Amino acid sequence: MEETLERTVPKIVTSRIGIEGSHTLETYLTTGGYSALRKALTTMTPEEIQAEVMTSNLLGRGGAGFEVGRKWSMLKNSPLRYLVVNGDESEPATFKDHMLIEGDPHQLVEGTIITAYAVGAARAFIYIRGEFALGLERVQRAIDEAYSYGALGRDIFGSGFSLDLVVHPGAGAYICGEETALIESLEGKRGYPRIKPPFFPAVIGLYGAPTIVNNVESMSNMPWIVNNGGAAFASLGVGRSTGTRIFALAGHVNRPGNYEVEMAKLTFRDLVYKPEYGGGMRMGRNVKAFIPGGVSAPWFGPDQLDLPLAQDDVAKAGSMLGSGSIVMMDDHTCMVRAAWRITKFFHRESCGQCTPCREGSGWIEKMMRRIEMGAGRESDLDMLLDACDNIAPGLSWPPAQTTICVLGPSIPSSVVAGIKMFRDEFLIHIKEGGCPYGR
Amino acid sequence: MSGFTPEMRARAEKICSLYPQVRSALIPLCHLAQEQAGYLREDLMIEIAELVGVTPAEVYGTASFYDMLHTEPVGKYLVGVCTNIACLLQGGEELLEHAEEKLGVAPGGTTEDGLFTLEDMECIAHCNKAPALQVNYRFFGPVDEEAFDSLIDDLREGKLVDEVPSHGTLIRQERSAPIALTMEEVLQERAVSDAAIAQRKAQAQN
Repeated sequence: MEETLERTVPKIVTSRIGIEGSHTLETYLTTGGYSALRKALTTMTPEEIQAEVMTSNLLGRGGAGFEVGRKWSMLKNSPLRYLVVNGDESEPATFKDHMLIEGDPHQLVEGTIITAYAVGAARAFIYIRGEFALGLERVQRAIDEAYSYGALGRDIFGSGFSLDLVVHPGAGAYICGEETALIESLEGKRGYPRIKPPFFPAVIGLYGAPTIVNNVESMSNMPWIVNNGGAAFASLGVGRSTGTRIFALAGHVNRPGNYEVEMAKLTFRDLVYKPEYGGGMRMGRNVKAFIPGGVSAPWFGPDQLDLPLAQDDVAKAGSMLGSGSIVMMDDHTCMVRAAWRITKFFHRESCGQCTPCREGSGWIEKMMRRIEMGAGRESDLDMLLDACDNIAPGLSWPPAQTTICVLGPSIPSSVVAGIKMFRDEFLIHIKEGGCPYGR
Repeated sequence: MSGFTPEMRARAEKICSLYPQVRSALIPLCHLAQEQAGYLREDLMIEIAELVGVTPAEVYGTASFYDMLHTEPVGKYLVGVCTNIACLLQGGEELLEHAEEKLGVAPGGTTEDGLFTLEDMECIAHCNKAPALQVNYRFFGPVDEEAFDSLIDDLREGKLVDEVPSHGTLIRQERSAPIALTMEEVLQERAVSDAAIAQRKAQAQN
């Protein structure tokens, strides 16, 4: 039964991963590459492609999970429009775009060209975080190959459509994954998120022009959607969670890695324990907690392992599928230390524009460190929750926002979950004056 | 110390030509400056300012936002050990402590011979190979203490020059395809975006 499932679910974005030379034009062409672009440019109108993407109900694969087709439809009418691909993948424990960028750069380039045609972009940019040196080299090479092949530049495949595509390196800043910060960075400035409204760059984006910003995995889905149709994509998955999705499984599992699976059909437990995926927890230990969608997401306990990998189910349970990264923590993990490290990350990466985030992250990080190092006080727990409440009033999920962007309200997630789920463990640190796990 | 070499200057101008608004070239040019000098030397920041039409202070102010742009010299090899959550769970902190011992410097420090700078890094998206690290943004993982020692020894002995270029050299694939748009089209595009930017500025001031 399961083997049948395995056979019938196509690999939409990872079909070439692992093939020798998967990043080269030669391999790409022998495996169906650029057939979707040819089909799109020579037999479809931009509106027809938009309609297919709308039908597919592809949810953005960056973190917010916004419908890609709906995002496109919000694009303001303008003589000048841009497309920017977000390859700044920096959400801790997320490493799927890293694989797609290095392993199948032509698929990303093809998806980008199709999208530029569909949304009427004058130019397109692929912004890749600076730490992906090899990825930057491979996408640059893929772009040059695409120009020589006739898939970029003037009059692509004789269709009359022209496009210039530039790969742009970041320089080390988590916040540049936020789409308006990414645009600022691409404009050559500090990566400060822009004040909203406008809520979407589709109104005012790059160089003041309406701009679509889409994630690498979202773009990589485009060739398949054009070739097979939006309905075929939507027939996979359940409800609003359509198609397949890459889940980046990390932490205390036997086989950490990227797994492309049908949306909403598997549970977290399946992904962690099935031999073809995570292969169980290392050393046969038990799950203590897990992070279901990047470190901005509130933690789950073992009783939530049977939730399906579906956007709405996870949201209803009080967290998010976010960036598609799942971090498993076994029963030997110090939860204070884990939460402290995540807080330290947000403190380092806060851009500094908004007081609740800039100051709050620093104070929370200091208190968390103090508890882990054995100098905490019992009153710290209430003070921590109070500081979190100042950043995201009410400590509800989805969080309320006091800052320009969502980095701020992401800070409380791990701290609040940690105190709620493991209050005793925090208290032991405080009472015993140190970490019971020896570190 | 007088700015870009003629070869680098030519590459810099080519990078500038890729954008409708030339300020966009600022960060790529900072990477180029680091390729030439190993870090963002002052004279190079001044030349970048001239190339993209901003003040040197704006170049410095922008560069100082980004972790990868160094306005002070760093070692030939920047060793960045990831200690974020996935690596933490697999011993990233212990690896960083070992690295401090092996290199004799704390995070942020550079060895006396100028060969290595150690960094405590945020997630580098190599979590399936945890604990992971980067040397000049080339990936290694999983790295245990023994593997770390032999990596450092290999770098010292120059055995990895092909895999790991000196700090600053980020992208070893120079763009060959020129922009297909004509100069006239680019100028037209620039005029439209200039107007849009001006409109946005005016709205912000109201």
